Amino acid sequence: MSDTSPGPEEVRHVADLARVGLDDDEVEKFTDQFADILDYFETLDEVPEVDREADLVNVMREDEVRESLSQEEALANAPETEDGYFKGPNVS
Amino acid sequence: MSADHNIFVTEETVEGAADGPLADSTVAVKDNISTEGVRTTCGSEMLDDYVPPYDATVVEKLTEAGATIVGKANMDEFGMGSTTETSAFGPAENPAAPGRVPGGSSGGSAAAVAAGEADLALGSDTGGSIRNPAAFCGVVGIKPTYGLVSRYGLVAYANSLEQIGPLAPTVEEAAALLDVISGPDERDATTRDEGADSDYASAATGDVDGTTVGVPTELVEGADEGVRGRFEAALDDLESQGATVEEVSLPSVEHAVEAYYVIAMSEASSNLARFDGVRYGHSGGFDGNWNEAFSKAREEAFGEEVKRRILLGTYALSAGYHDKYYKQAQDARAWVKQDFDEAFESVDVLASPTMPTPPFEVGESLDDPLQMYLADANTVPANLADLPAISVPAGEVDGGPVGVQFVGPAFGEEEIIRVGSAVEQ
Repeated sequence: MSDTSPGPEEVRHVADLARVGLDDDEVEKFTDQFADILDYFETLDEVPEVDREADLVNVMREDEVRESLSQEEALANAPETEDGYFKGPNVS
Repeated sequence: MSADHNIFVTEETVEGAADGPLADSTVAVKDNISTEGVRTTCGSEMLDDYVPPYDATVVEKLTEAGATIVGKANMDEFGMGSTTETSAFGPAENPAAPGRVPGGSSGGSAAAVAAGEADLALGSDTGGSIRNPAAFCGVVGIKPTYGLVSRYGLVAYANSLEQIGPLAPTVEEAAALLDVISGPDERDATTRDEGADSDYASAATGDVDGTTVGVPTELVEGADEGVRGRFEAALDDLESQGATVEEVSLPSVEHAVEAYYVIAMSEASSNLARFDGVRYGHSGGFDGNWNEAFSKAREEAFGEEVKRRILLGTYALSAGYHDKYYKQAQDARAWVKQDFDEAFESVDVLASPTMPTPPFEVGESLDDPLQMYLADANTVPANLADLPAISVPAGEVDGGPVGVQFVGPAFGEEEIIRVGSAVEQ
């Protein structure tokens, strides 16, 4: 296992950051697999620094009002709505 | 019957305009491409009952061209997989090799064409997801140059890499479908003008006299013996038609797979953050606070491969690791582009086996994600370099169909279509 591979606690921490609940079996499985996969990703160390020569241009459009979804359409897939708004869980 | 192969997640007919270039054609659409009023699941429980209120640009173009859409094709969940086994709706089967996977992630789309359930299909290709199932199912698939086809209405997995593209029984039919869907779109600022008045279909002339085909040794060495045999036979055939074949070296491709997965997972971790079960998608219920409800919805409704990629992407972008993984992956991407640019100074197209093996057996790759990732070695370089690539059937070996891949310079679709059509003759 590489020095930087996350242990079970770190896998749980990353899962918390990503807001993905995991059960204990998944934590164990991912800990093993991440060691292999991240070891493999470490071969990127061999890549030389390369100058990027891309010509970058902005492709902004005019900020004009356009046709959009109706409120009804926008809310159609929401599990819960109230008075024309999305209804979500408490923020804190 | 499609039920035999589990090709469609939703079978629903959408009639197109009365006439147009696709008036006599039926098309299967990958289930991550939005269709107004027709359920679009991305192969995920998360979007089990999601019904988009609008059409993707490519879907508008299909119906304007007269095509009849016959269903939403099965796929790896959110495009994450190489076998169509990670679908929440069960794996699709390969009609051309029973007991084998159809490849992924556009496995349902390729299987629909191979089984005759649709004349044509649309897939999406982030790291090979059109070309891999095209090769495994014995059909033609094209991954267009980045920016040729609008991604408006494609449910995003890794924006900087993915393109929608055609699958068809022949190169000419795939090219004709590409003619319909390509071109600029004011709703996707990454589209370019090159495909606006295209006539790719008439490029399928089969004429390769005087064409130089480069073969990157790095992309042939790892292939199975049987696959190599079919690949070399295809090259011999092109030489007999007047093409010149020469070896080239692309040292950067040795790092393409790890660069691809770091970038794709990083983009996925950001893109899939929108699935919180509040505005659409599976809800975890509203017990507890936002973070708890959000985590619960995602625990319940995302499959294992999706969780794996979100977590690895989150990790690769996190403080302290960003330079180690993401920045180096971007360097590798620039190196791959540079290598391809140099190669195209001396050759017209690059050729390799599409997949290093014949179709995998069902279940073979699921327990070892790293092994599955490594199978994409030949397809991911084109996505990293934003280049067009085609997979054309090159016969069968024990285990099923084999595909040969041609990669062209940016917006060189006509070139790869011309060379691809010569393999068919």
